[in-house]
Amino acid sequence: MKEQIRYEQQQSTLVLHLPSEIDHHSSKEIREYTDRYLREGIKHLVFDFSRTTFMDSSGIGALLGRYKRMRERGGSVMIYGADPQIRRILRIAGVDKLIPQMDVEK
Amino acid sequence: MEKMYFEMESQSSNEQFARVVVAVFLARLDPTVEELDDVKTAVSEAVTNCIIHGYEGGPGTIRVEVTVEDRKAIIRVIDSGIGIYDVKKAMEPLYTTKPTEERCGMGFAFMEAFMDEVTVQSVLGEGTIVTMKKQFKQARGEEGRKVLG
Repeated sequence: MKEQIRYEQQQSTLVLHLPSEIDHHSSKEIREYTDRYLREGIKHLVFDFSRTTFMDSSGIGALLGRYKRMRERGGSVMIYGADPQIRRILRIAGVDKLIPQMDVEK
Repeated sequence: MEKMYFEMESQSSNEQFARVVVAVFLARLDPTVEELDDVKTAVSEAVTNCIIHGYEGGPGTIRVEVTVEDRKAIIRVIDSGIGIYDVKKAMEPLYTTKPTEERCGMGFAFMEAFMDEVTVQSVLGEGTIVTMKKQFKQARGEEGRKVLG
């Protein structure tokens, strides 16, 4: 079953609700869709990991690519709702030092 | 010793299939959630490498073999693709031959982070074998019995 990536725009913030598994296969879609939605006026990008239980280095590549694009336009990126396993992946890749994480109580 | 293997087409939609099949096979070891997540990530990285680099997005067959003995899993991911020109270089963190595709160059680094041992054998024009080993901790059930004496 194909899982839809959902987008939500609130003023200058684009929230990207990520799928349950982020690998090379699904990150292609994340890259394409996000770049399409990153219109002028979007200043903040939020990656919502609430549904995500798996991510590998392909996902890291996609995150870093979007991070670079946002930095180039002077915007910010934030991570929301990452579970312990996703946090571990982000830490090992060093992404936790680049992109701030919002803490959530589950 | 217990062994299983499967072959599948080199397609990105099979990445999830591969890691789930390996995880289901290893469930017999009663692993921790973290151990199983580690293996799933490592398998995903190895299979993705076959698809992107070994077969360069084209057709091909990927073979995955798993053996388990004394709570040690040995996983082999095998392709018959183009091979790796410089294995040592390929395994360096952040090194990638495909920066334009937003590859972060951390595939092998992730495999090494999540498995105890990773070795790569590659012959140009013939293919690549990635062998990953992981010792699983004692099953929670066994641990419990030991404590009870």
